[in-house]
Amino acid sequence: MGTLRIIATSGLIRGLIGQAIGAALGFGFVTLIRLGMGLESNPEPGAVFGALTSVIGFLAGAGVLTDWSKWALGKETPLRHGPQPGKPEWARYLHVDYNHKVIGIQYAVTSVLVLLVGGIFAITFRIELSLPGMQFLTYEQYNTLFSGHGIVMIASILLGVGAMVNYLVPLMIGASDMAFPRLNAFSYWVSVPAAVLILTGMAIGGWDTGWVAYPPLSLIAPLGVQLFVLGFFVNGFSSIAGSINLLITVATMRAKGMSLFKMPIFVWAAVAAALIQATATQTVGMALLMVVTQRVIGLNFFDPATGGDPVLYQHLFWFYSHPVVYVFVLPGLGVISELLPVFSRKPLFGYRWIALSSLGIALVGFLVWAHHMFVAGVDNTLRVFFMYATMFVAVPTGVKFFSWVATMWEGKLSFETPMLFVLGAISVFLIGGVTGPILGNIPTDMHLHDSYWVVGHFHATMFGGFVFPFFAALYYWYPKFSGRMYKESLGKLHFWLMTPGFWLMSLGQMQIGLLGMRRRVADYDPSLGYDTTHVVITVAGLIIGWSVLIMAYNLISSARSQPLAGNNPWNSRSPEWQISSPPPEFNYDVPFEVVGEPYDYGLAGSVYIRMDPSSSGE
Amino acid sequence: MSNRKHIYAVSALVVVGAIVTYFGLTALYKLPVGASTEATTIDQMFGVYFGLIAFWFALIMVFMLYAVVVFKRKPGDTEDAAHIHGNTTVEILWTVVPLVLVVALGVWGATTLKALTSEREGEMVVRVTGQQWSWSFEYPESDNLVSGDLVLPVNQPILLKMRANDVLHSFWVPEFRVKQDLVPGRDTELRITPTDIGDYMLRCAEICGLSHTDMLAKVRVVSQSDFDAWVKENSLPAMSELSTEERGALWYSTQGGFACSGCHTVDGSAGAGPTWLGLYGRQEALEDGTTITADDAYIRNSILHPADQIVAGFPNVMPPIYEAQFAAKEAEILAEENLTVDIIEDLIAYIKTLQE
Ligand code: HEC
Ligand SMILES: [Cu+2]
Ligand SMILES: [Cu+2]
Repeated sequence: MGTLRIIATSGLIRGLIGQAIGAALGFGFVTLIRLGMGLESNPEPGAVFGALTSVIGFLAGAGVLTDWSKWALGKETPLRHGPQPGKPEWARYLHVDYNHKVIGIQYAVTSVLVLLVGGIFAITFRIELSLPGMQFLTYEQYNTLFSGHGIVMIASILLGVGAMVNYLVPLMIGASDMAFPRLNAFSYWVSVPAAVLILTGMAIGGWDTGWVAYPPLSLIAPLGVQLFVLGFFVNGFSSIAGSINLLITVATMRAKGMSLFKMPIFVWAAVAAALIQATATQTVGMALLMVVTQRVIGLNFFDPATGGDPVLYQHLFWFYSHPVVYVFVLPGLGVISELLPVFSRKPLFGYRWIALSSLGIALVGFLVWAHHMFVAGVDNTLRVFFMYATMFVAVPTGVKFFSWVATMWEGKLSFETPMLFVLGAISVFLIGGVTGPILGNIPTDMHLHDSYWVVGHFHATMFGGFVFPFFAALYYWYPKFSGRMYKESLGKLHFWLMTPGFWLMSLGQMQIGLLGMRRRVADYDPSLGYDTTHVVITVAGLIIGWSVLIMAYNLISSARSQPLAGNNPWNSRSPEWQISSPPPEFNYDVPFEVVGEPYDYGLAGSVYIRMDPSSSGE
Repeated sequence: MSNRKHIYAVSALVVVGAIVTYFGLTALYKLPVGASTEATTIDQMFGVYFGLIAFWFALIMVFMLYAVVVFKRKPGDTEDAAHIHGNTTVEILWTVVPLVLVVALGVWGATTLKALTSEREGEMVVRVTGQQWSWSFEYPESDNLVSGDLVLPVNQPILLKMRANDVLHSFWVPEFRVKQDLVPGRDTELRITPTDIGDYMLRCAEICGLSHTDMLAKVRVVSQSDFDAWVKENSLPAMSELSTEERGALWYSTQGGFACSGCHTVDGSAGAGPTWLGLYGRQEALEDGTTITADDAYIRNSILHPADQIVAGFPNVMPPIYEAQFAAKEAEILAEENLTVDIIEDLIAYIKTLQE
């Protein structure tokens, strides 16, 4: 079969066609009914219904529902599907596939693609902002771009978390796959039509509410806001299904002897993140649905004129949207903790403290949401409660920093690209960390709230807590999933461009925020004295953008040209490195047993796992 | 070197690093001038936080960079490093110290908040209204004077009672430091005592749609005598003393309370809505492809039902709230002056005067 033919008949393309058909059917159905009832012409109800049917169209077209439908009809399906029969290996990645490693890579590739899209949005409006006055964008376009940038990046990060968790956790705990492979495929694939909805929303008129969609503004914003809100909502299914799957996998499928405190530390981070996703996503879904229904059928939740409450939305929204930042950063911090011992040749300092600090952050993270509402018009007692809770997050976060430094202390450090990105991550997350408490304290927040200080702060936490570790992970596990080594020189170039670039960008953002630069504005007054810093921020943003393209080139080109990496190029103790690269279809042909501690580097004769359990006498 | 010597060396470097970071930070990171008593209080906290930022940043960075330089693996060394698992004393220490610090800062923040929000003696109330994309200020103690600029007497404690007409907005004058959202359907409050005579700018800090960027108002802090003179000059005359055109101009402005000026200009320049210069009698191209002459009926309908006939090239953002607002205002004038006015009539008369 020719390449084109394979692509054209792939699950992805069939899904997209299914989505288009689903959208047309849903839109036509509602519009015809409205016409028949003689209602005034308004595309919105049709668009909303069409958006929902489009998701079903995608899932059906792509083949996500095939096995489940067969089961419903009492038909048999194979337990395991394996590769696409009669097609080359790469075709798997364009089809619905149930292997966790394939799904992990699908997540990773989609995440990087979506990251580039969101990055292009950011670069576009950053170029506009580099000079005072409107250069080439209108307010409408500007507002749509920054709103789209926010939600697209969040989608990208969630996909990146899905990538790491899916690929790594089963390998690390000795499982052959996730507990529910079909649900796993659903979790990945449902995020694709969600992303399509969000991008369509930007194309058909955009919206101007930011990614937070606060009513009443979101109730009167252009039609694009509906598709964005629905895309956001649909993506929630991915989070909920994926996290439940992960929790059950870790609870029931660990190798023999792997008690909780003998799990690789990344698994702890993944579990903590999944606990948040499985329990908080519902509230934001609720809030978003309220906006949709108020707009389409007039259920008044938020308009105070007839008994609604605009602030209610903010509580529901942040009950998810604050904890979700820990969904982003906990796996990233897990990667840091996972890699440091390998590149320092020393045990992870205070393993239990780090493991429990992840849970601690996840739990306290549930009690801090109203710090986003310190100036929203809530009363003092509530503000003070959330101020204390917010500031407590510094404690478990501090534990992580101290433990990382202590792990490196007296180690034997080497600086390959993954380690460089780990160090970059710590420095950048530190910038985010030390600039946070000043936002958590109410009086200082009254000045900084909704300013560029906040922009600088959260970009530092997102880059330090997710982007840098994610890139570290891509480089580190690249030899495992591709079988080959990336090009070290390009990896180092990427690091030496991105790290100073990022420092400049976020330090500049915070500087002008302190001076009075607002968030989410398309323009600024040159007399305020921060036009130079704006140029610096834009240039730094461009450097970051280029450096990411270098990574993409490196990862793509190395897959063919680079030498084979061998099973364990980093000399790690972790189970996934004890098997071939790439790993076999079902990971461990022989199950392993945990016989030691995961990070006992430097302890003579100790091993973490033993591959042949028959010798253990059982 | 023994571990102890390393610790001495790195501790010294941390001190140096913290000092350097602190001076770098305070040199590059400036707050705008403080122009209120609130700014004085809050800036003390900023000062302490900057010190803490410098210390914690230097602590981790210096330790990390020291390790990077000193504990680098020698080429050809394939041995693992020392097998050190952890140290419970150290772990407890670096959990408890930050915890104590956090509680102390929290207590400070809470008491400061209480001071910032509690009632002061002799407060003057100003009612702040935010709407897409303009501000208006009403002075109940000065005969309900309404203004598009915020003018405040220096050293006079002010209580801002704020309300949004449409969507969320946020009151932020960086020189005053404090910030507060405006919420539809409820009053929010903010207390300010301006201390420095001067001109400042109020900028909306909560995204409020298309022209959020331009939602600004001038803020002037003046002496008490200048304030009194300003009040005298700007008090509204009785409605009956004004011609219809003059009343129309008043309704158009923020001072009149409806702030059409937030979106419509009268000098032909661009705004969120079409300019009113030359509007009357203009051939208006509509979004549905038809063309219509802007006569009395069209203008009236454009105001009462903005979504009916959308002008081509403009978004449908004009709020459909004026019918009710006008009726209320007309009733108020009838009650106060026993005078019947038709606000739309006034506006049309005003628009007619705006010819090129
Ligand atoms: C939030 C912005 C906004 C405010 C405030 C606003 N308008 Fe508009 N207005 C618009 C926009 C945008 C249009 C063009 C789109 C349309 O026809 O609805 C418009 C159109 C009009 C038109 C038709 C103009 C033409 O060129 O055909 C009139 C008349 C008008 N507005 C009157 C008013 C009056 C009177 C007020 C104040 C009481 C007001 N507007 C306040 C945004 C606004
Ligand atoms: Cu938060
Ligand atoms: Cu605004």
